[in-house]
Amino acid sequence: MGTALDIKIKRANKVYHCGEVLSGVVVITSKDAVQHQGISLTMEGTVNLQLSAKSVGVFEAFYNSVKPMQVISSIVEMVKPGKLPSGKTEIPFEFPLQVKGNKILYETYHGVFVNIQYTLRCDMRRSLLAKDLTKTCEFIVNSPPQKAKLTSSPVDFTITPETLQNVKERASLPKFLIRGHLNSANCIITQPLTGELVVENSEAAVKSIELQLVRVETCGCAEGYARDATEIQNIQIADGDVCRGLPIPIYMVFPRLFTCPTLETTNFKVEFEVNIVVLLHDDHLITENFPLKLCRM
Amino acid sequence: MIVIFKYRKACQQEAGRELFCIGSHKELLNLTQQDYMNRIEELNQSLKDAWASDQKVKALKIVIQVSKLVYERILSMCMDNRNSLPDHFTPESVNDTAKETCLNWFFKIASIRELISRFYVEAAILKCNKFLSKTGISECLPRLTSTIQGIGDPLVAVYARAYLCRVGMEVAPHLKDSLNKNFFDFLLTFKQIHGDTVQNQLIVQCVEIPLYLTLYSPAIDWILQCIAYHAPEVLLTEMMERCKKLGNNALLLNSVMSAFRAEFIATRSMDFIGMIKECDESGFPKHLLFHSLGLNLALADPPESDRLQILNEAWKVITKLKNPQDYINCAEVWVEYTCRHFTKREVNTVLADVIKHMTPDRAFEDAYPQLQSIIQKVITYFHDFSVLFSVEKFLPFLDMFQKESVRVEVCKCIMEAFIKHQQESTKDPVILNALLQVCKTMHDSVNALTLEDEKRMLAALINGFIKMVSFGRDFEQQLSFYVEARSMFCNLEPVLVQLIHSVNQLAMETRKVMKGNHSRKTAAFVRACVAFCFITIPSLTSIFARLNLYLHSGQVALANQCLSQADAFFRAAVSLVPEVPKMINIDGKMRPSEAFLLEFLCNFFSTLLIVPDHPEQGVLFLVRGLLNVIQDYTWEDNSDDKVRIYTNVLHLLSAMSQENYIYHVDKVDSNDSLYGGDPKFLSEINKLCETVIAQILDHLKTLGKDETLKRQSQLSLYFFNSILAHGDLQNNKLNQLTVNLWNLAQKHGFADTKTMVKTLEYIKRRSRQPEMSHFAELALRLPLQSRT
Repeated sequence: MGTALDIKIKRANKVYHCGEVLSGVVVITSKDAVQHQGISLTMEGTVNLQLSAKSVGVFEAFYNSVKPMQVISSIVEMVKPGKLPSGKTEIPFEFPLQVKGNKILYETYHGVFVNIQYTLRCDMRRSLLAKDLTKTCEFIVNSPPQKAKLTSSPVDFTITPETLQNVKERASLPKFLIRGHLNSANCIITQPLTGELVVENSEAAVKSIELQLVRVETCGCAEGYARDATEIQNIQIADGDVCRGLPIPIYMVFPRLFTCPTLETTNFKVEFEVNIVVLLHDDHLITENFPLKLCRM
Repeated sequence: MIVIFKYRKACQQEAGRELFCIGSHKELLNLTQQDYMNRIEELNQSLKDAWASDQKVKALKIVIQVSKLVYERILSMCMDNRNSLPDHFTPESVNDTAKETCLNWFFKIASIRELISRFYVEAAILKCNKFLSKTGISECLPRLTSTIQGIGDPLVAVYARAYLCRVGMEVAPHLKDSLNKNFFDFLLTFKQIHGDTVQNQLIVQCVEIPLYLTLYSPAIDWILQCIAYHAPEVLLTEMMERCKKLGNNALLLNSVMSAFRAEFIATRSMDFIGMIKECDESGFPKHLLFHSLGLNLALADPPESDRLQILNEAWKVITKLKNPQDYINCAEVWVEYTCRHFTKREVNTVLADVIKHMTPDRAFEDAYPQLQSIIQKVITYFHDFSVLFSVEKFLPFLDMFQKESVRVEVCKCIMEAFIKHQQESTKDPVILNALLQVCKTMHDSVNALTLEDEKRMLAALINGFIKMVSFGRDFEQQLSFYVEARSMFCNLEPVLVQLIHSVNQLAMETRKVMKGNHSRKTAAFVRACVAFCFITIPSLTSIFARLNLYLHSGQVALANQCLSQADAFFRAAVSLVPEVPKMINIDGKMRPSEAFLLEFLCNFFSTLLIVPDHPEQGVLFLVRGLLNVIQDYTWEDNSDDKVRIYTNVLHLLSAMSQENYIYHVDKVDSNDSLYGGDPKFLSEINKLCETVIAQILDHLKTLGKDETLKRQSQLSLYFFNSILAHGDLQNNKLNQLTVNLWNLAQKHGFADTKTMVKTLEYIKRRSRQPEMSHFAELALRLPLQSRT
């Protein structure tokens, strides 16, 4: 191995907020002295929107991908062209996380059609004979805590054959009664989603009960807008024919990076929903949908 | 466990995911990264293997192993400057990197889709909560407890509960509430077992309900044991009441009995019997319930007043069990209770019942361990063997042990108990007959393949028995017992040796009783004893045992005035000496035998002093015979034992030439009174002395080579000392010989100056005694060689 380039961010969890100072070191390790044409460090935050083929058609999706929006960008020249000694060289850096104008530092979010990502990129330019070295490293931005007080909004639900929509032959459905509640549809992103569910009775044996966390991403652009719902994760809370009348806990941790506080901007929206999916032994699938509002406190 | 396996499928993917997690944190790993990777790779491989070979539980175990590694790794990340965290660390002392890694694990695990996999991994990794917050574990345990509600299969759920209790006890033993909650939650789901889903499943899998129910026991036992550990009486009572309320509670009842304190159960024995009786026949097997109850009663005592009733009630059910295995398992446990609290009458009844059940179709063949344990229990509680053997069914019970190895084991147990507990010697014919049979069984098991250790052990047991038999003053009876024993135990040499000693002792006892004056009758009896020994000794294989016993028995014969018999013993001993091999086997190692022979011969010489000459043989017939044998024996080339023996012969001859011998046997005339100092006798002795001295001097001469000079010096000093002690130094020839020996000892500078000085001082001291003036002259003739 010749020369290795690495970026070490000071905070172990790499989480920063707007207004804070992102600091760390660039580490260059090499056996021999390194000749270079300058080392620069770039900090960049972008929102990438992608249109799904489903909502706008294949061609539009291909051609009309929306331009990435830059939220924050900054570049510094760390070292002027010259020579680095052999061994390990550490170059510290600091970036104040300040946005210009009315831009907002959105929270990091990895989705399907919407991606909000913050990166640090270190480039070492070298002479023609040697390849340039590049190292990228993602850091995470969390939006500031919400100022307004969180109102808890408990949701009670009852699922019976009668409450279902989209049923073709209601008569062929086995009888069942499932009751339950979510402790709140307004969730703090760092706290799990909680609640309880009781299978009061069911003619058919229960095969499985699952919680499906879904993201709903909306992209607006010149041609209109596209709205897509995709699954983030699926958590099984009951397996097999559970005991009737006993409460089964609903408990789901929101995954990091794949969730963010519910976001609504002029160009795009990111919202979340949870589905309670009951699978019966005769392969009937019953789904109940609950929109969620995530926030950070 | 059949049912539980199929739910573990997801675990493999899980472990896979975990492995991935470790890989993705490369940058966080310290130097031991490679170690971890290797270990994980190993685990991964064995996980796949276990899966392929259908050992799903093993796969789960590996997942749990991985979680331990995770804990270790995070712990090792907390080390700064090589100081590891104390045992009771707080989250504040954990550094950010470690916390972040730990948190990452929790996020990864929380996103596992499958409920059961997620539950097990979460439970396995529970301990890691310590890194993040103080209250983490106490919050997590109740949550995991309620998570189990989602597991539909009651059997899978109960094992999940058992595992959670296990982890809980390990990580946070003070959190008792979740333990109780687990149990109560289980009770709530108890009705599921009899629900349609489970019943249909059982039909498909062809599992019968009683068998299925027993699958629950280990898990429930475990949960209850966790709860009962240091629990107050009130809690136990509450648990019991809750179990009572449920229909068909045999399963719970059984677990309560196996998990709760024995004292608690024992005091409520009658209640339990009542509950057991009410249980549904088709459910949990009843014999298991009685088995559990019996185990408790073996450990703790029920109230005095209930005891007999308990036994009656229990046995009423046990005796009706049709399957011999079920029956014997129960009976084995209850025998202990019976022995503990009741007399031989009840034990007899129980044994009779066991025999009745186990005899048909030779059912006992499959139940040897249990039958053996029954015998052991009976023996433990009945130390008095006369009572034990008066239990009529005890011996018939022994007859059920028809496989020889088991039978011998049982016999050994009985004999061990006898030797341990029998205080006084016995002549009870019942005990004797029974134990002789027992010993014979042990003896007859010996064959060519029996190990030496085993033989030694059996012999020790039989010897212990022989020593405990005494017919008091009825010596004839005693002897005939020994004769019988000899015919029975002829294959075990140590037993024969013991018998010979016992018979010799018997002869001496007789002598003691008669105060040395045998009547015609006792004389005949003593001769019978001697004859017993004489014909028994040749059947031994160990040559030194034979030699010593000949000598010993000869001494006994002599003491009992059986002169010709004594003579025969000594002659036999003499003729046996040439057969002594060069090497003998001692404790499995081959060792030279000369030291033993030397010891024996010296012992023999001191006996020969008092043996009177045989009227029909020549003077000193035995001594001459022995000398010839010694002469012909092939001694080691490089040892001087032969000369040492000759020197000892000189001592003997010296003692023989005295007017009155230094010791005698009562009522036996030794040579001193036979010959009365006859000059002919003395000259015979002198002749012998001269021959022996000549032999010694010859030997000294052969030691004249360079490498043997040291031996020559030592030996001549040894001989010198002997003459000093035993010889008549007024004899000029002998006097000259001593001077020569003294000089020889010093000649080549191998003599120890200190010893020489001391010897000389000794001679001078002796010379000051009366009639010892010739020693002074001698001292003058002994020069001390100076070293310089």
